[in-house]
Amino acid sequence: MSATALLEAVNLSKNFGGVRALSKVNFQLNEGELLGVIGPNGSGKTTLVNAITCFVQPSSGKVLFKGRPIQNLPPYKVVRLGIARTFQMVRPFYQLPAFKNMIIPLSSPRVKGLPGGRYGDRDAKALDLLEEVGFERDAHVAYKLAGALPQGYLKRLELAKAIALQPELVILDELFSGLSLAEVAGILPIIEKLRHQGKTIIMIEHRLKELFRIADRVMVMNFGEKIAEGSPQDVMENEAVKSAYLGNEREDGD
Amino acid sequence: MNKRKERIDRGIRARSQDIFVLCSWREMLYLAGPRLLPIALCLLLPLVLDVYWQKVLLSVAVFALLAISWDILAQSGMISLGQALFFGCGAYSAGTMNHYWGLSPLLTIPLAAILGGLVGTLLLLPVLRLRGIYFSMVTLILPLMLVRIIEATKIFGGTEGLSGMQPLPSIWFELYLILTLTLVALFGLRRLMDSDYGLVLKGINDNDRSVINAGINIYWFKAQALFIAAAIAAFAGAFMTHVYMFVGMPVFALDYSILPIAAAVVGGPGTLAGAFTGALILVPLSEALRGIGGLRIVFYGLFLVVFIVALPEGIFHYIQRKYHQFERWVEVDA
Repeated sequence: MSATALLEAVNLSKNFGGVRALSKVNFQLNEGELLGVIGPNGSGKTTLVNAITCFVQPSSGKVLFKGRPIQNLPPYKVVRLGIARTFQMVRPFYQLPAFKNMIIPLSSPRVKGLPGGRYGDRDAKALDLLEEVGFERDAHVAYKLAGALPQGYLKRLELAKAIALQPELVILDELFSGLSLAEVAGILPIIEKLRHQGKTIIMIEHRLKELFRIADRVMVMNFGEKIAEGSPQDVMENEAVKSAYLGNEREDGD
Repeated sequence: MNKRKERIDRGIRARSQDIFVLCSWREMLYLAGPRLLPIALCLLLPLVLDVYWQKVLLSVAVFALLAISWDILAQSGMISLGQALFFGCGAYSAGTMNHYWGLSPLLTIPLAAILGGLVGTLLLLPVLRLRGIYFSMVTLILPLMLVRIIEATKIFGGTEGLSGMQPLPSIWFELYLILTLTLVALFGLRRLMDSDYGLVLKGINDNDRSVINAGINIYWFKAQALFIAAAIAAFAGAFMTHVYMFVGMPVFALDYSILPIAAAVVGGPGTLAGAFTGALILVPLSEALRGIGGLRIVFYGLFLVVFIVALPEGIFHYIQRKYHQFERWVEVDA
């Protein structure tokens, strides 16, 4: 592909002991694209995210962000470059009000380094950001302790924490897991809005229906390998994908 | 006229957070009272105590500082079992500066606080990546190691220590110096921990992954917290060097590591005021039990167990909760 790829993984591999969690994964991501990553449990999706954000050191291979290798950086420096992620298991600061949870990303060097980031009331900014992801201001949800919020709001909070960093690339690790249909329907427009703002997004998801509605491209993983990539329609018709999801027919002939 | 019970703070509490609307002196006193109490205590107690209990008060302040220092570390996710390390570094820094270079205590104490803080931080810097019990083990071992190094190499006077330190001008000076610093540490650091900066430190304790994910270098923040805590404890050590006019291997003793933890835990961890309260109760208690001789430690231990079983949240949290639940009878119409 062209040289303008925002993110590129080259032969990315990761072993945990004898387990091959990632095996020579290659992909490119262009600016403004929304890439969906799907695959059965344990197929290495989260390891891929961890490797891109340097939370785990890849065993071999490279990750290029804007053409610059980042795989040896500490994770906090990767964030400062403009890659923000959410975690599958949300663990907010339960004893703090929701909006106070936003203070830590808002006091990030990444935010301070942006124009105007050093100034202004952080509490007010936090409330604005939370309103953007659906914390209704009139209902004072943002003032409630994070520990008292339902899962849907916690996921929105997690998303808001990533948005607060004003990243160029947002990686959403199973944002929809554990949410009801209604909650997912509430969050989807927020992601669509991010896309319209020109953010590049990687979404790891099990909710295929919702993902296929918004993804430009989908990458399928199984046993640490990329087994297919393409538009949502192409991927769904791919034989390898079907067998990964539905199981193999026994090939030894019965 | 009907009457009903109502919480005293009902009228002034603005939101679920600690925001209050104050309209009268009485309401102000309700909030200011608990804050003025330790200040009044620290300023007035030296005037009414005899010389023996003045010395005890000195000890209270020193252990309060050590406990506050411990609590800062604990709130930042570092459980220290070796406050004696910082205490000893400060004590030996002040001792060396006074003994070999003849610097005045007024210079050695602040300098030793900074130097001791730096040395303590540098010694622990390589293990900042360790979490939980692994970090604690290192802090436990380091002071014990330093004692053996001093013993074996005979540096800083070896087993005999350095004596003949210049004393501070008077007991009054000593008392008010250490009490003032305790109050400054108590209120100043509480303010710090309530700021956005403190929030990051507490965030590291709660969920360090999430703090890293905000692009924050948690090791840099941990090192800063470590320096703040170490400098406070080193100040206490440097101060005691000049009070005892001696510095020796006992400054690395386990007492200076364990008692502050007991004070902070009994008083209520996570609120520096709890550390202060704990020291204010435990140190005099230990002195009062001196009369019963050999069984002192047994009774002391029993008290600790009773406190921890009966008030696991800590004395300060309990008092704070009860204070906000005070009720009064008010008249209601119809």
